[in-house]
Amino acid sequence: MAAPLTLLLIVAVTIRAVLFRSSLAELISARVEVVSPLNAWKRVVEGLALLDLGVSPYSGDVFHETPLMIYLFHFTVDYAEIVFIVSAYFFRKQKYALESDRYSADCLELLRSPKEMFYIPLKVAMFYLLNPFTILSCVAKSTCGLNNAIIALFIFCTLKGSALLSGILLALATYQSIYPLTLFAPALLFFLQRLYIPVNLRRSSFWFFTLQYAFMYVGSLVVITGLSFFLLGSWDFIPSVYGFIFSVPDLTPNIGLFWYFFAEMFEHFRLFFSCVFQFNVFFYTIPLSIKLKEHPVFLIFMQIAIISIFKSYPTVGDVALYMAFLPAWSHLYRFLRNIFLVSCVLLACSALFPVLWHLWIYAGSANSNFYYAITLLFNFGQVKVFTTTWLTNCEWKNRWRNKVSLFINLY
Amino acid sequence: RGLLTRLNTPICIVCYLAAIVWFMGLAFEPFTLRTDMSENAMGSTMVLLRGASAVPRQGVRSSQKTGAVSTWLVKAMQSRGLEVFTQSFSRKLPFPDENKERYMVRGTNVYGILRAPRAPRTEALVISAPCSPGDSNNQAVGLLLALAQYFRNQVYWAKDIIFLVNEHDLMGTQAWLEAYHHTNITGMEYSPLQGRGGSIQAALSLELSSDVITSLDLILDGLNGQLPNLDLANLFYAFCQKLGVLCTIQGKLQRNDWDTAEGYTHAAQTMMLMVLKQACGRSWGDHGLFLRYHIEAASVRGINSFRHYKTDAATIGRLLEGMVRKLNNLLERLHQSYFFYLLPSLSRFVSIGCYMPAFGLLVVILLLRALDLWVHLGAPALAAVEGVTEAQQPSGPAVLTVLTPVVISHLTGVALYLLPVHLQEMAVEHFPVSETEAVVLTAVAIYTTGLALPHNTQRLLSGEGTEQGWKVLKLTALLYLAVLLGCTALINFSLGFVLAVTLVPITASMTPHMPKALSALVMVLLSPAFTILYCVFIYQELIEAPVSVSEGWMLFLSVISQGILDHALYGSLVYPLLALFIYPCWLMFWNILFWS
Repeated sequence: MAAPLTLLLIVAVTIRAVLFRSSLAELISARVEVVSPLNAWKRVVEGLALLDLGVSPYSGDVFHETPLMIYLFHFTVDYAEIVFIVSAYFFRKQKYALESDRYSADCLELLRSPKEMFYIPLKVAMFYLLNPFTILSCVAKSTCGLNNAIIALFIFCTLKGSALLSGILLALATYQSIYPLTLFAPALLFFLQRLYIPVNLRRSSFWFFTLQYAFMYVGSLVVITGLSFFLLGSWDFIPSVYGFIFSVPDLTPNIGLFWYFFAEMFEHFRLFFSCVFQFNVFFYTIPLSIKLKEHPVFLIFMQIAIISIFKSYPTVGDVALYMAFLPAWSHLYRFLRNIFLVSCVLLACSALFPVLWHLWIYAGSANSNFYYAITLLFNFGQVKVFTTTWLTNCEWKNRWRNKVSLFINLY
Repeated sequence: RGLLTRLNTPICIVCYLAAIVWFMGLAFEPFTLRTDMSENAMGSTMVLLRGASAVPRQGVRSSQKTGAVSTWLVKAMQSRGLEVFTQSFSRKLPFPDENKERYMVRGTNVYGILRAPRAPRTEALVISAPCSPGDSNNQAVGLLLALAQYFRNQVYWAKDIIFLVNEHDLMGTQAWLEAYHHTNITGMEYSPLQGRGGSIQAALSLELSSDVITSLDLILDGLNGQLPNLDLANLFYAFCQKLGVLCTIQGKLQRNDWDTAEGYTHAAQTMMLMVLKQACGRSWGDHGLFLRYHIEAASVRGINSFRHYKTDAATIGRLLEGMVRKLNNLLERLHQSYFFYLLPSLSRFVSIGCYMPAFGLLVVILLLRALDLWVHLGAPALAAVEGVTEAQQPSGPAVLTVLTPVVISHLTGVALYLLPVHLQEMAVEHFPVSETEAVVLTAVAIYTTGLALPHNTQRLLSGEGTEQGWKVLKLTALLYLAVLLGCTALINFSLGFVLAVTLVPITASMTPHMPKALSALVMVLLSPAFTILYCVFIYQELIEAPVSVSEGWMLFLSVISQGILDHALYGSLVYPLLALFIYPCWLMFWNILFWS
């Protein structure tokens, strides 16, 4: 397993290094599908420049990164490319490690042959490292790669069973962008399952552990926020980062659903609609947690998918994050009916994004409706992937339950 | 599923024939729409044209040298009361242009700005006349100066009018436009512009080579197949009708007998000419480069076809005056009418909604084939217990068999794109050819070497070819081709359609089980290079100057060199598209044919 993985790493690093040095790097870092106002490298550089001048980096509504991120880059700005490649590498290591030890705990492995299981971590690594979306995101130096690395580390620590580390990393991920808050529920469910505490609202052990975990999480969040305050000496970053994510003032077109709606609506209704749209992201946590309480890892995958589709400023790096998890559920492929059509749709949309952008902005022959149509189709394809995986998981569970009950009845 | 497999081939054949019939039927007059003016600001053509008839014209003397011409022009424009500026530019060509045989092109553009008397200087119109040393286009410069003098005395101008005389045709225009918009996309060196107008709303380019004009030809095709707004063509046609000037498109006059066979063939020929010109992606007039900056532009060329009825210069002056006055009335850029259209004649057009289904039918063939392959790939594995080997992630060794042809094809494509220009010095040292011929022949050589690849890759892989391997490769290649052709057709419909017509039949039907020699021959005959060759021959037939095989071959080579040059100088996308994407795709299918 080490040899193919090393080969994969070498290939991935080579591709990224080659692209970094070529003239395509500038072209890619300007693409709206790859960078958003939240994680563009240009803005990080701008924030660093303001910091060097002694001005608060949040003045001027350009910089929307968290203070810890700006201090990280303060020290490593010359080696930024290396930082991104290294984060991709660490992400890989986490994914690989978590895949290889996950199945000792999970009951799903029985329907798969050992040979296939052996290949799954490699497939996950391949899916992430060689995914054109991740390569583009890395070459554009979008901080999305770092966010993905933090989430991957969080999943890794959760699966390893370390509640404290998991809480700290989740707090870090939430601090970066608010949406990983929804991952609290699946992490909690995983720990409860691992410690054999039944999810029963009347049991004191359930509440005891929940409070412990919540305390660790909230405590780390408070510590990190306080640290940011002391680093920069003001609370500027809260409206600039979190206010920006929630109120969506920047309407640059991207692959998400927000910009077109918000560009059209009257100011009067803006608050209402931003509440509705943001609520949409958080809404699915409770029903999904109730339904999937025995499969917290699948729940994590579902949540990450929901966040990537419905967040306010998605980029292709977020899409790549949940796509990398797909091979982990390869036992479901047998039942995935529409996967061909859906993946053709996603492929065609990814190819059409730059074409329609060119026709709209440069040639002037198209307009925003064309671009939004492709955005809608792309998100529809993603939602189809999400729902198809969900439905096949339910169907598979039913079949598995029938088989097991048949097995038990035989004996 | 069984239905899909059984009916697949008949449906594909029906779709292909339907696409061809639909395309040819586009020229049939009842299926087209009548053109009329969509922009309200340019509504009626009721302008009183007092005309430039009273102003004597002065042709540029052809014996003068370059520097003398530009000084003379500066003086002439200044004497007519314009603000005159010059701009010098230079460009090192990647290889010598075969017409002019030199590496370095240097030139000077001269332009004069007529300021709008009472309006803020926020918008401008451009009238340009390409002028090079020699006889070409001297009449246009004279007309330009006469118009300038006449316009100077009018008070109704709301936009600045820029009279541009550019040298070296497209290169001068490119340098001027880049300097005007503060960009540098093609690596040209130019001196910055001292004087500017506002943002340019529209532009006209004049080409008049002789003083006897019998008809005016309108040229719309721009760089990368981009077309100006149809309203500009409508405007021109409306004025020609009003003043009784004969106007042509693609050099052909309009006919009124659409229900006869000759009438239909005439319209079909006009449309085919437009398709071929658009597909080659070069700018057929100086106006083509304006389109990139979202400036609606057209070229007007005077033709002397030895008819009895001759148009005098005054009428042409009045026509241009009318057009410029109408453009002066514009409140915003032309956007009301179509940007994507085909013109079987000047008064009828085919919109994108009518011609896209022809292309769509061709792409549907590819998708049906891909679906069929997917079903075949998925079917046997459904019974197996280990799970499905699906196209996105075949297990370890199978990935290598599919990935290798893909990587090698694309590397060949990259070689085809980069090597001809970079290796020209080496080629000139070893072979007795000129640089241009070296570049073109290297390109052809690399293209032919690609044909030998499948045998070598098979040896490398030590016989890993399986039944499933070629199916997976074909599936990937079909989807890749479909997406590629779709994106191409959105930007340049003609290029996408022409490529689809030749590539779709061979790619949809290619399997390793077909008779090798015959299918190899067919594949080569329908490859992208031969498509270009056929287009050259068809184009020559359509402009009524048919060529013999050897002449056609020389024309084909010059087309390739022109394509490479256009890409280096103006950013035309046809050559990189063919070399980096279409050719590797075709190579992948060539690999499938020789899969063993």
